[in-house]
Amino acid sequence: MQLGKASVKFEEPPVILSMASIVGKKEGEGPLGKMFDMVEQDDMFGADTWEKAESTLQKQTADLAIEKGDIRRKDIRYLFAGDLLGQLIATSFGTVDLEIPLFGLFGACSTMGEALNLGSMAIAGGFADKVMAMASSHFATAEKQFRFPLGYGNQRPYSSSWTVTGCGSVVLGKHKKEGIAAITGITTGRMVDMGIRDSMNMGAAMAPSAFHTIQQNFDDFQVDESYYDKIITGDLGKVGRTILLDFMKNKGHNLESVHTDCGLEIFDSETQDTHAGGSGCGCSASVLCSYILPKVQSGEWKRVLFVPTGALLSTVSFNEGETIPGIAHGVVIEHIGN
Amino acid sequence: MEINKKAYEAYVKEVTPVHKRWPSIFRAFLVGGIICTLGQLCTSLFINGGFEKEVASAWTTLILIASSVILTGLNIYPKIVKFGGAGALVPITGFANSVVAPAVEFKSEGQIFGIGCKIFTIAGPVILYGILSSWILGVIAYVLMAFGIL
Repeated sequence: MQLGKASVKFEEPPVILSMASIVGKKEGEGPLGKMFDMVEQDDMFGADTWEKAESTLQKQTADLAIEKGDIRRKDIRYLFAGDLLGQLIATSFGTVDLEIPLFGLFGACSTMGEALNLGSMAIAGGFADKVMAMASSHFATAEKQFRFPLGYGNQRPYSSSWTVTGCGSVVLGKHKKEGIAAITGITTGRMVDMGIRDSMNMGAAMAPSAFHTIQQNFDDFQVDESYYDKIITGDLGKVGRTILLDFMKNKGHNLESVHTDCGLEIFDSETQDTHAGGSGCGCSASVLCSYILPKVQSGEWKRVLFVPTGALLSTVSFNEGETIPGIAHGVVIEHIGN
Repeated sequence: MEINKKAYEAYVKEVTPVHKRWPSIFRAFLVGGIICTLGQLCTSLFINGGFEKEVASAWTTLILIASSVILTGLNIYPKIVKFGGAGALVPITGFANSVVAPAVEFKSEGQIFGIGCKIFTIAGPVILYGILSSWILGVIAYVLMAFGIL
């Protein structure tokens, strides 16, 4: 059922049937290290280029999600997946062997939110019985495309984030009794541009979009922060979190204790030198599948608002002096009781 | 949103942490100083070994560049720059790092379109504008000399 301006509340909520997360070595050494399904010590994933490494990462994660859920691959009707690279090469090459009809998505680091939005609509609308949502990023491919070659020496500002090498994949289905958690609603984000031009401060570029989507979710569902056990943004990092909390406070919402951020959870910035936190679409996707969903499944969190955030930045628009607009997609995930 | 873009920019500046200036300057001075001292040491050794001053300088340059290339390959140079900032970027070793890093990174895209096209993606502007500004200064010097001022 359509709700408010940008939300949907599912009368028969799609459920998450299976989840898998695979990350790189550095992420494995972080605070969530033990929660991931697999930590790959070789950042090349056995491939000979970084791009092929990320494709391999996607393939392995998809296979693992299918295996863990004991699902037949041919029963998955659609795949909603994306990554950060130009023309989505990690996804397009990584998912060839899956032979699942694909919707390739680019929402920068918000891709997992976009995939869950579309995937749950496809299920709830009756267009599929099972779909897969997946997103990945790789530190080396992202650095190469958006910043500098890995061997180049430079000093990263404190506001910069560290692209996560990781992938998260979930299989969505219809039957409540088989589910790990339910997706009861979505709030789709829109572009928000506050004129930030600093590509090393993506938290500041994305925070207004997270604010907008959370606010929209509250308005559409007629709720406030007390409705959720956690509100979890994607990769705002330290600077973005500060801004989001300030903005929400101005609107009379205190998110101090209810809010957390996947980018802040995945690394220990003090010991891992990650500055503002983790980022990349693999950040929110892998944290969802390792940290968030198990807590919702166990009932420790009854209801969360998962809000992956993306900075829609390209090296071309950046060099042409354009700003960095942001987007954030909200997904309401709930515990399935007996 | 009620906050305008200008106010947001100012607010972001306020909440964004930055590197402390004086420690950064000190580290740059230290690292730059060490690199230059090593260079001077090489030159002096070569001169003591009987080389002409110009030949000694050329060998020193070669050694500094080669060291930087090797350290880049071993992923050590980026760590030196992370610590020393401009102190490690401005000397010729920093320039060598900026040429080698793309060469290593884009090797997978082939000899022509990878290494060939992308080796100067970082150093290219330095080379282009370095040549351009020396040409302009040359013209100025030529004109001044023609008028007998220089």
